[in-house]
This record gives sequence, C-alpha cells and structure tokens, in this order.
Amino acid sequence: MHPVLILVVQRIALGLLLLVAASVLIFAGTMILPGDVAQSILGQSATPEALANLRAELGLNEPPVTRYFNWLFGVVQGDLGTALTNGQDIATSMGRRLSNTLFLAFWAAAVAVPLAIFLGLLAVLYRDQWPDKLISGVTLASISIPEFLIGYVLMYFVAVQLGWFSTVAMINDSMTLLEKLSAIALPVAVLTLVVLAHMMRMTRAAILNVMQSAYIETAELKGLSAFKVIFRHAFPNAIAPIVNVVMINLAYLVVGVVVIEVVFVYPGMGQYLVDHVSKRDVPVVQACGLVFAAVYIGLNMVADIVSILANPRLRHPK
Amino acid sequence: MRDQIEHLKKRVGQGRITRREFVGRLGALGVSAAMANVMMAEAVRAESPKKGGHLKMGSVGGESTNSLDPAAAASQVPYYNLNLFGDTLVEVTPDGSVGNRLAEEVSSSPDAKTWMFKIRKGVEFHNGKTLTPEDVLRTMERHSNEESKSGALGIMRGIESMKTEGDMFSVTLKTPNADLPYLMADYHLQIQPDGGFDNPGAGIGTGPYILEKDEPGVRHLWSRNPNYWDDSRGHVDSVEILVINDATARMAALQSGQVHLVNRVDPKVADLVNRAPGVSIKSDSGPGHYVFIMHVDTEPFSSNDLRLALKYAIDREDMVDKILRGYGSVGNDMPINAAYPLFDETIPQRSYDPDKAAEHYKKSGHDGSPIILRVSDVAFPGAIEAAQLFQESAKAAGIPLELKREPGDGYWSEVWNKQPFCASYWSGRPVQDQMYSTAYLSTADWNDTRWDNEEFDKLLLEARAELDQEKRKEMYSKMGRMIRDEGGLICPMFNDFITGVSDKVQGWEDDPTGETMSGQWSSKLWLA
Repeated sequence: MHPVLILVVQRIALGLLLLVAASVLIFAGTMILPGDVAQSILGQSATPEALANLRAELGLNEPPVTRYFNWLFGVVQGDLGTALTNGQDIATSMGRRLSNTLFLAFWAAAVAVPLAIFLGLLAVLYRDQWPDKLISGVTLASISIPEFLIGYVLMYFVAVQLGWFSTVAMINDSMTLLEKLSAIALPVAVLTLVVLAHMMRMTRAAILNVMQSAYIETAELKGLSAFKVIFRHAFPNAIAPIVNVVMINLAYLVVGVVVIEVVFVYPGMGQYLVDHVSKRDVPVVQACGLVFAAVYIGLNMVADIVSILANPRLRHPK
Repeated sequence: MRDQIEHLKKRVGQGRITRREFVGRLGALGVSAAMANVMMAEAVRAESPKKGGHLKMGSVGGESTNSLDPAAAASQVPYYNLNLFGDTLVEVTPDGSVGNRLAEEVSSSPDAKTWMFKIRKGVEFHNGKTLTPEDVLRTMERHSNEESKSGALGIMRGIESMKTEGDMFSVTLKTPNADLPYLMADYHLQIQPDGGFDNPGAGIGTGPYILEKDEPGVRHLWSRNPNYWDDSRGHVDSVEILVINDATARMAALQSGQVHLVNRVDPKVADLVNRAPGVSIKSDSGPGHYVFIMHVDTEPFSSNDLRLALKYAIDREDMVDKILRGYGSVGNDMPINAAYPLFDETIPQRSYDPDKAAEHYKKSGHDGSPIILRVSDVAFPGAIEAAQLFQESAKAAGIPLELKREPGDGYWSEVWNKQPFCASYWSGRPVQDQMYSTAYLSTADWNDTRWDNEEFDKLLLEARAELDQEKRKEMYSKMGRMIRDEGGLICPMFNDFITGVSDKVQGWEDDPTGETMSGQWSSKLWLA
C-alpha cells in the first residue's frame, strides 16, 4: 500500500479516538458545572416539585456513566437524540445552524484566503518598501483590535449611517443567495480583517525564507520577472507552512466566531452552543463538541496531507 | 417646520395635547386656524388602528433552547410568543383591574372561595377545534397536576378542585382568595386545545396570530388569525420577533430601521436613542425591583439592628441616578410600590442616613469584620456598580462591606436563595397578595429573605380572604411596614421598562403591569 494512504488511514483512526476522548471531556465538563438542566430551565421560578418532575421526565436521575453510554450508543447508530430543553431533534436543528456557520465561513474564507496570499506575495515583492509596511501595518492593526469593536464600528458607519448593508445578519431559507450575501457582508468583512494578518504574515515569512535559496538566485539570473520567480519557484516550496496556517484560520472561522455571531445576530453554531451550555443541555453540547472537534481534526489532517504531497522527499520516501 | 407640525400632529392624535393647544401652537408656526383644524382631523384619523403591514421587534431574552410550551416560558421572547398565539381567561388591564378575555364573566361565591368563569362561545383554536370549558379545565390541570413542571405551579397550589358545568368553569380554593382572577391572568395559563396534553409546544391556541416559522433563538414569524374573536386586537398582517440579545446590535437594528421596536434599552443610552431621528423611548414604571437580600435567620443578619444599619447605609437616590439614569424610582425596603392596587402612599420613605446607620451598627454589636455581599452581573443590570455604590455609602457610616463577584452562570441555582447576603431581582406580581405569598410567606419556596413571622402570615391569609377593599388596604399597609422595618429586604430601586419605538408604530399605551404593554404590543400596535 502507498505510504500516504497508510498515513491517511492512521490519521482517521486516531481522529476517531480523539473524538471519543473529546466527548468524554465535554461530558465530564458539563457535570462539573454548577446546577443541572432542570434547574436552568426553570431558573428563578423553580419549585422543588417542578424540579423533581422535570428531572424525572428528562431521565436525570440515572447515574452519569449510564447516561454517557446511552448517549454514545445512540451516536454510534447515528442518532444524536433530542434536546432536553425544548425537545427538538438535535440533528435537524444543529444541521440548520451548521450550514449557516459553514456558509459564513465559506464566504469569509473565499475572500480572506486569496486576499491574504496575494497581499503576502505583494509584500515580498516590495519587501521593506512602503507597500510592505502598509500591508503589514494595516493587517496587524486589524488583528489587534478586538473583533466586536471592528464589528460595531463597521455597523455604525456602514449600516446605520450609510445604510448600505443590514446590521442584523439574520439569514433564512426564504432569502435569495444575493439577499443572503448582502446580509452577511459585514460579518464577512470583519472576519476577513481578523484572519488576514496571520495568513498574510505567514505567506510573507515562508516565501522570504525560500527566497534565500540558491535556485531562486539562479532563476533571477535567468532573467525571470520578480513576480514569476516568486509565484513559480518560491511559492510551491513555501506551500506547506502556508497551508498549515490557512487551515488553522479556517477552523477558527468555523468554531471560533461566537462573538461575531452575537454582534451581528447570526444564527450559527456558536450562539447555539453557548445557549445550550448555559442551560446544561448535555446532548446538544456533546453533539456540537463532536462537530467542532471533527472540524479541527479534519482540517489539520488536510494540512498534513497537503504538506506531504507538496514535498517530493516525503511523497517518494526511500 | 414640517417636523414640528408632524410632531404636534402626533401628540394631538395620541391625546397628549388638547385641540386648543394644538391650534395655538400651529398658529405660532404661522398656520391658520382653519388649516390647523383640518390637520387636527387628519391627525385623529391617523390614530384609529390601521390594518396591515409587517411588524418586527428585536427582543432580548430568546435562546435556541426555547420552546412554545406555555409551562416552560420564563423569558421575554417565549412570553411574547405566548401572547401571540394564545389567550388567557382574563387579563390585567393597564389600570390594574381585571379584564375579560376568554372568560366572558367572572363571579365568586360571597366568601371568595369558589370562582366561576363563563367561557366565551364561538371561539376557535388555530386547528379548527371550538373552545369548550373542558379545554380550560384540562389546561389548568396540566399546570397544576402532580407531574406538572409549569412555571405557574406555585400560583396554582391554592386550588382544591376544578370542574366544568355547562359553559362555566369553576375553581374551588383551599382558602378564600379575593385576588384569584389576577392569578388566572398569569401568562403561563394560555388556554390550549385539550389543555395541550398531546403536544404542549405546538403553538396552537385561540390567539390573534398563527405560527408560520419557529426558529428558537433566531426568529419567530406569525401571521394574522383571520378568525380571531376580538376585532379590537391584531392589526398587522404579520409579526416577526428577531432574537437580538446583544444590546448594541438591538439599538443599531432599531436605528437602521430593521425593526420597529426593541425592548430593554440600556438606561445609559436611552437619552441618546431618544435624540436619534425616527425613534423614541417609552419608559414604563412597573413592579420590578432591584434588591439586596439578607437571610434574617443567619448571623450576623439575625440582628435587626444590623439589618436597619444596612438599610440606612444605602443611598437610594444616588442609585436611581447612576444605575437607572433616572429611569426608575426609589424603593422603600418593601417589595410593593404604587404600581400595585391598594398601595398605601403614606408609609414614610426611608433615605440615606449614615449617622442612624452607624448608631444601629453600634447597637447590633457586630465585630466589625467585613460583611460579604455576593453579586453578579446577572442579578440585575448594573448590579456590580450598585454594590460598589452601596459599599462606598456604607463605608461612610463605618460599616465594612466586602463584595464577592460570583459567576453569572449558575447564579440563580448556587447563590440566590442559598447565600445569606446577595444581589437579586424581582419582576413583581400583579397584586400584593401574590408578591407576598411568593416570597414572604414563611412557607414559600422562594422566601429568599427567610422571613418567618407568624403575625405576618396570619395577616396575609386574612387579607387574601377580605373582600372589603378599605380593610384590605389597611392590612397590606401593616404588612408592608413590617417588612420595611424588620425584614431582610434592602430595596434601593424600582426599575422602569424602557422600550425603543420607531415613529412608524402607532397605538402605544403605557402599561405599568408588565413589560412592553404587558406583552400585548403585538396585538395592540399598528403601523402608520
């Protein structure tokens, strides 16, 4: 069997093991939190009878270990169960949120990744001149400002004052693609600003590193244009670290944007997870945790595989 | 000038200024009296409800964990949803009296022990079923039976038996209660077909709007019920509630015209929002109050002198100014204010007095070690700042307070009603009896000050059965004074409900009995 294939199989097996470990950790974590789902649902208006009735109905009187294995058994059969709080089917309601999150992440990535790589190349081309300094300055500033602040500032000027886009990025099924894109314009802009610097700096650093090599000098001496040297000769050799950082940022776009979701009232996974953590709705928290962990593990695996494929020495081991 | 005329037209339409004043002011702007009279007629016509349109609200208090089951409602968005699809038997009107909804007539036996509700005929549920007294009975059973997990369980406990007879639904109580109709107006008690036993979260009721889209924590879309029994309500064609929990995002949505109204405007920005074009602020006083509560059975709070010392050591005016920015009123260490019927205005107002506080503190013989006050952001908006003000004003009286910040997550289960001294919030109840029975009766589950006073309990039960309003008022006054002078409640302020409303919205009425027109904004407002 091809060594790369073996590696992929190994990685997938390890990933599954990691997922189980993550679900144990999440379950234990929600057990440690004070209060339980019954208490959280009833809140300040909880009476002892109502609490007891609700606990019995939700099956909270069973020992935690039994509850965990019941859950695990269901998941293995593809059944994520129903939410304790409102009885909705988790797969359906989470599916809707997940597709929203992926929609936002996709468009943010579609704007941010090419832009970051292009700006990185540009910075190398004009290194230590004013375009390089301007690009670095602006992107570093935008990553240093808290994302909610950028969000509020854009919201105030672009949406409230100019009225170009909506302040509330609430999308739903009855909207056309164009309406959806207009609704998410501001969050996409903010997310782009947030992830740009990291990827752009890494592109710049990786390519500059390669630029020191002898074959780049040869290419230059051949009389190739500066951009061609960078794009054809430097970039393919710098791709591994760039893909790594791009994947980390993609993962962030999927799992780490809860603040942006709150600010722009975007119906994504982050807000969904936070609501259920605060209500101790363990099955939903578990399901979200699984998805998030799977996204991280999956994207990291892609990054590893791409770096192997990009490196001939790893691609054809002796 | 046009803006000024429009403004005056609106004011006269809403009945805020008189016709004479309107004509006079327009005269000052150079408009002839004849023209002014025409405008006046226009303005008044504009004020009669207009049908149609899509009304949108941005609301706090919605989560993806919400359901449409009336028994489970506890925050704003579910509360609004219930009022959209359902009706209660009776309601509390803005003037504090009981108004009929699905009950056409309410009567009681002379001893106020048995209450009869005549159920309206010809009312249809959204699923086509006709409302019967049996549905009412089943609904009440679901909220009060052994397996109930309803938020209304507490108020249903006084019921001994219920039955239907012809078109009557009657309730017999364990002890007489003159306020029973107020309890039946509780928002959890929306009448559902067959009591909602088969599918409690279906969102089917007799209400003015029918469920179109239910996306908990995101939005809820409703369309007008063409068969609604009450023509005076339900003006717009459709209502949409957008869940916007972030305060800044809510204000931005209002200002950019994406929603017509938003609730819970932060007092800090209320004046700014009011100055913005196209929107205005509505502030309603109500029975909700911000409190610091002490367990009267726990050291050192078991000494009434120490309790009085703390009560004198809090600067209520300062808190209303700084925490509520004037959108509220001072409290008087009792849970009752003028929003309640039978409130006694003559009870003297307690104010900040460091000398008296120091005197009582000395008398209490407290050892001078710091008194721990537990507080969290979730107790009430601005709770941490309020506790800091309290700490400073107490320091001036020589009383050492130590603030302990608790995590917001789990505050209601781990700190409130468990720790001896903490910050908290009460949303208030429609009548005094209910407020006292909920939190001050010695046997109440939520007796969060551990108040145990035999005389008080006796007065409470007597007042509940008393049909003579003068006598009742006297009893409630006595009880209020007892809590004020001996209880474990430090109540610095009653908060107003602040709502931001677009100028496109008409029909707003001030309602002190509950937030956002008692949740009836959706059926009472219309779009100009």
